Amino acid sequence: MQRMRMNQAIAAALADEMRGDPSVVVFGEDVADAGGPFKTSDGLLEEFGPVRVRDTPISEMAFLGAAVGAAATGLRPVAEIMFVEFLGVALDMVVTEAAKFRYLSGGQFGCPLTVRASVGAGLGFGMQHSQTLETWMYATPGITLAVASGPQTAYGLLRSAIRCDDPVVVLEPRALYALRGDLEVGEEGIIPLGSAEIVEEGSDVTIVTLGQMRDVVTRAVSLGDWSAEIIDLRTLVPWDREAVLASVARTKRLAIVEESPFSGGWGTEVSSLVAAELFGELEAPVMRVTCPDVPVPFGKELEQRYLPSPDYVTAQVTELLATGRLPRHWWESEATA
Amino acid sequence: MTRSETALERRAKLTASRPNRLERMMEIRLFEDRVKELFFEGIVHGTTHTCQGQEAVSVGIAAAARPTDTVAATYRSHGVALALGMTPLVVLGEIMGKTVGAVGGLGGSMHLCDSSVGLLPTMAIVGAGIPVAAGAALTAQVTGTDDAAIAVFGDGASNIGAFHEGLNLASIWKLPVVFVCENNVYGEYSRIDRTTPIEDIALRSTSYGIPGHIVDGQDVDAVEEAVAAALAHARSGDGPVLLEMKTYRYAGHSRADTAPYRPEGELDEWMSRDPIAIYRDRLLASGEVTDADLDAMTLRVGASIADAVEEAKASPSPGPDAMFANIYAGR
Repeated sequence: MQRMRMNQAIAAALADEMRGDPSVVVFGEDVADAGGPFKTSDGLLEEFGPVRVRDTPISEMAFLGAAVGAAATGLRPVAEIMFVEFLGVALDMVVTEAAKFRYLSGGQFGCPLTVRASVGAGLGFGMQHSQTLETWMYATPGITLAVASGPQTAYGLLRSAIRCDDPVVVLEPRALYALRGDLEVGEEGIIPLGSAEIVEEGSDVTIVTLGQMRDVVTRAVSLGDWSAEIIDLRTLVPWDREAVLASVARTKRLAIVEESPFSGGWGTEVSSLVAAELFGELEAPVMRVTCPDVPVPFGKELEQRYLPSPDYVTAQVTELLATGRLPRHWWESEATA
Repeated sequence: MTRSETALERRAKLTASRPNRLERMMEIRLFEDRVKELFFEGIVHGTTHTCQGQEAVSVGIAAAARPTDTVAATYRSHGVALALGMTPLVVLGEIMGKTVGAVGGLGGSMHLCDSSVGLLPTMAIVGAGIPVAAGAALTAQVTGTDDAAIAVFGDGASNIGAFHEGLNLASIWKLPVVFVCENNVYGEYSRIDRTTPIEDIALRSTSYGIPGHIVDGQDVDAVEEAVAAALAHARSGDGPVLLEMKTYRYAGHSRADTAPYRPEGELDEWMSRDPIAIYRDRLLASGEVTDADLDAMTLRVGASIADAVEEAKASPSPGPDAMFANIYAGR
């Protein structure tokens, strides 16, 4: 076990996979000479050389397209999208090409491509560099979608993604790159895609979350006078239905904490399935704690208000448990003009 | 064509002789004419994009490339697929959505594929194949083979970002890829002069510091020679080449489009330089084929397409289970 920042854990995962498999190549904007704008590929150029570690022009369509073609013909490319918004100019390559190659070829061509992208609010990057956008990829069969929540998940999910024979998008909350934590490296540190983690066991309510909300939920639970089971989904497609259903069957209550606007967020899928499968067994309505339906505002206080805070999560869960009814969202109960 | 002939064998046949290339062009023409008829008979549903008039480009590329080279092509690729070696049966079966089709009827006219001759799933998004081909070339470069990649796309694709980004990336990385632009004068329903401020797409190569050449796309020998030279350049490590094939789309953009937007006389003018007629006359003049050979070719091609139509019609449609396969590996 070592102590590492999340960005170092990512660089370690890349290096470990590159050592084990010569077909793994890494490219993106500023990933080689500069070691990555968030230092997630530090040292790779020195160890693996310029054939396997490449800077690209600011051309997402070109380098994601090249990643698709390379993946279909024998390489395992890892492409870095600096801010997930930049996927917008090249989404075709992910949802319409990579996700379809196996299907479109009757299984003749696969696409073992990993796309890493930094996501999320909290660092004052403004509304065009602070979204999570998992919903862009969520409803596309053929894509596997994972979300890191700290050094271990970043390391373990990325190694699985690179080994996966299908396209995998790994979202990395940018605010966590500097987060330091314990890290198990090597085969033991690898996390299978599709498996959730029970972060803490508890009995009164199940709280399902992922990404940078994992830490928010952990702090919220420490503030509450109730017992919560915290589940970090880690993979959104496919998500671990068994783990969530088994937990909610015990606790009879479900709260979902998401860093994304309320409407259409990933929690709607979890909510819908649990409400349908456990209808009649639930002792409270399924509650979603999310951001409001607004772009991410810039001002420091506004940006912090936008994100669910530990205090807010604690208050919402407390009210749900006390009343058995859904509390109002803060933007419904405060003046919103 | 015998039924057991594989795509690779058909490819070898095309490479082997000039008369065989003429016969393949005749096959593509008849195939496309038949597809059009089948569409109007209601046997082909959905959409289809045919390539009559552009046969020399497809066959010239197939003659110059190796089966181990990777080809990324478009929604107008029946000709490319047949030229590379795919059989009329698997192409037509796919167009008709039958199990005998190249991808079991899940793809349709725009989505053909055969890994044995290097054809990636053909892409129905304009320009998408350009950076994807660059990626296949990256594989060759990283693994150290001297294979190359070819992107085939239309003049319309030269106005989408993927073209510019893809050429730039391929140039900066010196990737072994040849970009073949089939300038057939029309991007969907719009004539090139309405959408593109220059006449020659090949000029765009200068922006990316790579060679660009204009090629007579109606002359299969010229196409083969240009593609072979570009591939040699790419394989030697000198980077990509842009080739502009001047050609013409006899049919409309898709399905029932009769192309009423064409200037009067333009079609006739291009048909007077028909790629099949040009090559036929050349091979007759050189003595490489006789009139009797041509008659035999016509009969063979006619029989092979007729057989393919009957077999494809008789092939079952895929059952519902088929839609659940090949979304993820091993599932």
